[in-house]
Amino acid sequence: MNKYITAYYNDEEDLLKGIKQLKSKGIDVADVMTPFPVHGLDKALGFRRSRLTRVAFIGGAIGGLTGFLFQAWVFTKAYPLNFGGKPFFAVPSFIPVTFEMTVLFAAFSMVIAFFIRSNIGPGAKTIIHDERSTDDRFLLVVDIQEDEEVKQVEKALAEAGALGIQFKA
Amino acid sequence: MENQSFTLPKKLINVAIGMVIIGLISLAYGYFGGLGGERIAANLLMNNVYFLGIALIGLFFVAVHAIAESGWQVSVQRIGEAMSAFIPVAGVLMALLFILGGMHALYEWTHADHMDAILLKKAAYLNIPFFSIRFAVYFAGWIVLAHLIRKTSAKLDLNGEIFYFNRLRMLSALFIVFYAVTSVTSSWDWLMSIDAHWFSTLYGWYIFSGMLVSGVAVLIIILFILKRMGLMTHVNDEHVHDLGKYLFGFSIFWAYLWFSQYMLIWYANIPEETVYFYTRINQFGTIFYLNLVLNLIVPLLLLMTRNSKRMFLVLLPVAIVVFIGHWIDLYQIVMPGAVGEGAGIGLLEIGLTIGYAGLFLLVVFRSLSKHPLVPKNHPLYKESLEYHTNY
Repeated sequence: MNKYITAYYNDEEDLLKGIKQLKSKGIDVADVMTPFPVHGLDKALGFRRSRLTRVAFIGGAIGGLTGFLFQAWVFTKAYPLNFGGKPFFAVPSFIPVTFEMTVLFAAFSMVIAFFIRSNIGPGAKTIIHDERSTDDRFLLVVDIQEDEEVKQVEKALAEAGALGIQFKA
Repeated sequence: MENQSFTLPKKLINVAIGMVIIGLISLAYGYFGGLGGERIAANLLMNNVYFLGIALIGLFFVAVHAIAESGWQVSVQRIGEAMSAFIPVAGVLMALLFILGGMHALYEWTHADHMDAILLKKAAYLNIPFFSIRFAVYFAGWIVLAHLIRKTSAKLDLNGEIFYFNRLRMLSALFIVFYAVTSVTSSWDWLMSIDAHWFSTLYGWYIFSGMLVSGVAVLIIILFILKRMGLMTHVNDEHVHDLGKYLFGFSIFWAYLWFSQYMLIWYANIPEETVYFYTRINQFGTIFYLNLVLNLIVPLLLLMTRNSKRMFLVLLPVAIVVFIGHWIDLYQIVMPGAVGEGAGIGLLEIGLTIGYAGLFLLVVFRSLSKHPLVPKNHPLYKESLEYHTNY
C-alpha cells in the first residue's frame, strides 16, 4: 500500500482553485472524489479523454458479428426453416437481431469496462478515505513518494484552503 | 463582439446567378431537346421538393430548439432562419409547375380515364380541388409561421426582451404541430401519389427524416461558406461538433426508417406493396444500392469518431456526400413512377439541380445579409458561447 494524503473542500469552486494552486507548486493531485460531476475538473487534473468509446466500438463490432454469424449458421446449417418461401440466408430478416446484439454488446462492454477500470460495481472493495466524502465534501488525494515530502505537501494543502488533511500509510 | 452584418459579396451573387442560368439553359435543353414533358416535370418536382424540404428543415431546426430552449444552436440560428426564406420561392415555383400542366404529367390520378377500382377508392382524398386546397393551406401556414418566427427573432435581437423569447417559443410550438401533420400529408400529396396504387404508412416519416439529414448537411455547408468569408467567428468547434452529431445521428435514423419500410414490405410479400421495390431494384438497381452507401455507410463510418465531427476537413465532404445522397434518394422515389424507363441522370437533371441550388443560395444569403449574424441579445447567447461538449 502506498502512502498518500487526503484533504477535502466544502465547495467545488474552492476545489478547482485549490487544484490550480497545488499544480503551480508542482504537486500532482492523484484523484478527486466528488458528490456530483464538476465541470472542468478533468481539465484541471490533466486527465486524458476517456477511452471508453473504443471499448464500445470493439464490443459493438463483436456483438454485431456474433449476432449476424449466429443467425446465418442457425438458419442455413443448424436448423433451416422455410418462412413463407424466403431464402434460408435472408439478410433483411437478420438485421434487427444484428442491430440489437450490437447495441447490447456495446452497452455491456462499456458498463463492465467502466466497473473494472473505476474499481466499482459488485464484488469490488471500496476504500473510503474520509467518511465525509460519502456525504457532500470534495475529497482529493495526493500520492506521496518519499517521507520528506509529507510536511511540504501538508503545508501546501493548508495554504490552498483544504480542510481535514490526513496522512495515510 | 461585433454584429457581423455583411453585405452580399458580388462574387457570390455572380456565382449564384451563373448557377441559375445553367439551370435555365438545361431546362431549355430539356424542353427543346425532346426529353419529354414527364421527365421535365418530374425533375422540376423533385428539385422543388428537395429544396423546399431543406428550407423547411431550416425553420424546423430553429423551432425545435426554441421549444427545447437549447443554448448551443443560438449560435447558428440565423442560418436556419435564412434557409426558411426559400419557402415562398419554392411555393411559387411549385404552383407554376402544377398550373402549367405538371399535374397531368406527374400524377396518374388526375386523369379521369385512368381511374380504376383502387384509384376510385382514393378519389375522396386524391382529387384536384382538394389537392389544390391542401397545397394552399400548407404554403399559407409555412410562409406565415416562417415570417412570424423570423420577425420575432429579429425583434428579440433588438434588446432581448423575454416577451419575444416566449412568443418565439409559442410560434415554434405552433409550427412544429402544423409541420408534424403537413410534412406527412404533403409527402403523400406530392411524392407518394406518383405511385398512386401503392401505399406505405411509414412514408411521411421516411421523407421527413431524409429532409432533416439533407437540411442539416446544407446548414453545415452554409456555415462553412460563411466561415470562409471570415464571418461566424463565434461558432466554435463545440457547435460544429453538435451539427456533426445531428448529421451522424439522423443519417442512422433515416436508414432505420428506410429499413423499417423495406423489411415490412419484403416480409409480407404482398404484390400491391412489393411493386414499389420491384421496379426500383430491377430498373434502378445501381441508384437503389448507391442510396444506402451514400446515406448510411459513408456518414456512419466517417463521422463515428469525435475528431471527425469537429473538423470541417471531414465533416464538409460528408455533408456534401449526404446532400448528393439524399438527392439520389429523392430521385429513386420520384423517377420510377413518374418517368419509368425513360429516366436517367443527364444534363437536365444535373443542370436543373445546379440552377435550384443557385437560386437557393441567392435567396438564403440575401436573407442572411439582412440581419446581424450574431444574435447577441438572445437570452441564451451567452450560454451558447460557454457551451462545451465532451462526446
